[in-house]
Amino acid sequence: MKVAITSTGNDLNSKLDQRFGRCSYFVIYDTETRGMEFIPNPNKEAQEGAGPASVQIVASRNVGKIVSGEFGIKIKSLLDSLKIQMIVLKEPEKSIGEIINMLNT
Amino acid sequence: MFIIFVLNYCSYFMSPRPLRLRKISNPPIISGFKPYGKKPEKETNEVIFLMYEEYESLRLCDYEMLNHHQASVIMDVSRPTLTRIYAKARQKIAEAFVMGKQIIIEGGKIYFDSEWFSCKKCGCFFNNPEKQYNITECPLCRSNNFTNCEEVTNGADESVFRCSDMCICPECGHEQPHNFGKPCSSEICPGCGHQMIRKGTPKSKKK
Repeated sequence: MKVAITSTGNDLNSKLDQRFGRCSYFVIYDTETRGMEFIPNPNKEAQEGAGPASVQIVASRNVGKIVSGEFGIKIKSLLDSLKIQMIVLKEPEKSIGEIINMLNT
Repeated sequence: MFIIFVLNYCSYFMSPRPLRLRKISNPPIISGFKPYGKKPEKETNEVIFLMYEEYESLRLCDYEMLNHHQASVIMDVSRPTLTRIYAKARQKIAEAFVMGKQIIIEGGKIYFDSEWFSCKKCGCFFNNPEKQYNITECPLCRSNNFTNCEEVTNGADESVFRCSDMCICPECGHEQPHNFGKPCSSEICPGCGHQMIRKGTPKSKKK
């Protein structure tokens, strides 16, 4: 199962981004092969429609779960229909490495 | 004469208020119905589109046996709106039965509401996108110490229903038990003399 995590930077020490649509990077982590991929978000500066465009990027990688701080109203129904699980983590101080460790245990 | 002219003029140019989004708790497991045993001479593929919101109102009113007010609170619309949706649903289904038309369930101004859970160990919130499987562990830290957020709010709502409905004053927030059979709008708030409305309807949540 692949998991997408929103990140503020492109290394393991960077923090979890509290926004989904306009986060800096997406981390795609594979829980089986333990491989990961950092994707810069092209919608970071978008005026509107950043959420659905970001969902498209993440869904094209066959992700099953998304970890982020918040999800917008447009995204919720979209992710429900795509059967992607949303995980809301309201802890901005958590780093990407810590979250990946939580997923592995 | 002049007033009628102005009213007509306004109704021609002013757009109506946009529809309120209807909340769908349980989407249908099928996407429609087909009639059978129809004489094939009339090859008409006439279909009736039953909106999701109409399906949901039927499910709440006829399957779950709730009254219109309880159903309207669940769908997050006003009671008259729910009754209109429900009446339309019955009319469409009756038409499909009588005319032997196909029913397709799709469309409507709606949003889905999935169940939310909260984990006590890592403090995260998560939903369950696949309704047919029950969640057994937190997807993040794999502990089984989590609670269903919906149960808490549902429990509060049920207690409101059990001790009968309440009338609330939209101005000062005064509440009193609802008199069965008497419209809330005919009640007068003893504090400020304003008309009362039913508690739990979208209007009463604004204040």
